[in-house]
Amino acid sequence: MSEIRSELKYLSSHEWARVEDDGTVTIGITDHAQAALGDVVFVELPEVGAMLTAGQEAGVVESVKAASDIYSPVSGEVIAINEKLADAPETINAAPYDEGWFFKVQPDDLEELENALDSEAYQASVNE
Amino acid sequence: MLNQTPLHAVHQEMGGKLVDFSGWSMPVNYGSQIEEHHAVRRDAGMFDVSHMTIVDVRGPEAKVFLQYLLANDVAKLQTPGKALYSGMLNPQGGVIDDLIVYLMEWGYRLVVNCGTRTKDLAWISLQAKDFLVEIEERPELAMIAVQGPSARTKFHSLLVSTDVAVAENLSVFSGAFLGGERANWLVARTGYTGEDGYEIMMPAGEAETLWRFLVNAGVRPCGLGARDTLRLEAGMNLYSHEMNDEVSPLVANMAWTIAWTEGRDFIGRAALEAQKADGIRDKLVGLVMRERGVLREGYPVLAAGVERQGVITSGSFSPTLGYSIALARVPVETGDQAKVVIRGKEVDVTVVKPCFVRNGKPV
Repeated sequence: MSEIRSELKYLSSHEWARVEDDGTVTIGITDHAQAALGDVVFVELPEVGAMLTAGQEAGVVESVKAASDIYSPVSGEVIAINEKLADAPETINAAPYDEGWFFKVQPDDLEELENALDSEAYQASVNE
Repeated sequence: MLNQTPLHAVHQEMGGKLVDFSGWSMPVNYGSQIEEHHAVRRDAGMFDVSHMTIVDVRGPEAKVFLQYLLANDVAKLQTPGKALYSGMLNPQGGVIDDLIVYLMEWGYRLVVNCGTRTKDLAWISLQAKDFLVEIEERPELAMIAVQGPSARTKFHSLLVSTDVAVAENLSVFSGAFLGGERANWLVARTGYTGEDGYEIMMPAGEAETLWRFLVNAGVRPCGLGARDTLRLEAGMNLYSHEMNDEVSPLVANMAWTIAWTEGRDFIGRAALEAQKADGIRDKLVGLVMRERGVLREGYPVLAAGVERQGVITSGSFSPTLGYSIALARVPVETGDQAKVVIRGKEVDVTVVKPCFVRNGKPV
């Protein structure tokens, strides 16, 4: 079984979002997503400073098997990207919720995350 | 309910991630496809290929029947055990399937794809009506491919010395039956990875023991995911990707498999001759992309001064090379540079001969 963390918010397209203490939001893909994709070989991240809109394409993750778009759960400015993923994309398979994070956003409106799924709702969507 | 091979429970026990592959529950990997790929290139890996269809052809007209059925000429097979790769064509010159045919003491053995099993068997039976032949599918046989630079040695370690001698004497693309209790094991020096190794056909009930022996000998279980990246690096066609019922072998890099022996009438010959007379418009090439990203099946291929678009037929990340490679069907006038459209963006690729890795080394 794949791990789903209770403190995170999720999209049914398998991204997770974590609200940090400073109000920024960290985004990555779920354990379920990395397992389904298989070995990740490449990730295309947004540029720092890019303005994202919730629900819109923010990047691409490519495994040996398939390419998959990444969507941002919140609108806002990209303030950091995980540079380590360029040389070590396998980090996404090994630690999807920790070292395998994708990018951080300074959100326009944190309440947007109310539209995202909580862990139970995400679990239910995975089980469907 | 999906079909299961005799090794299904073993795959589950060993952590195989099972997926629906043409109606069969097959392991796509046992954890990491890339690690499995490397095991085959550097040491030894094995694949359960029991889902493939084995068909025996016997009877006084077996040879003339196959000379008519197949685009390659089984008359090239002079000694029992020798194998030949061939397309089986339709009258329009499209490829119904690609297969390996072995000459046996008692006739011929064909190994065809599992995804095309139903139409293959129907076609073979239909064509066989006019010949004195018996066609027999052999679903009670399992098949394990053990591949890699150490594969043969590791397999030999399980055999009695007389069988080791039989296996050691095999030349590339030929097989032989073992002796004693394993007299019904056909061991062939064939494969689908670009590495040395064997494909072993044996009674289904004996497959699990062999699999466990090989694991203990240090052979890594590999899924169909690694099998696909290995064959792609080796530049080998995969049916329904590089060719199908509508694609001619002449545009699928299979011209070398067509035997134009004077006076031999094989199915599809007239259509192929007409295609040659009209001029062949496409070719199958390799693509190499040094930029980050992955080439995928279906992406368009553009070349300067070439009006028609090409298309990627198989694409992936190459674990051995560390960048993306692909096979593509492109207009014959395409030169050594092209562009691939990846999500709306044009990316430069180099056009190469469709073979990227052989015996562990970049070509």
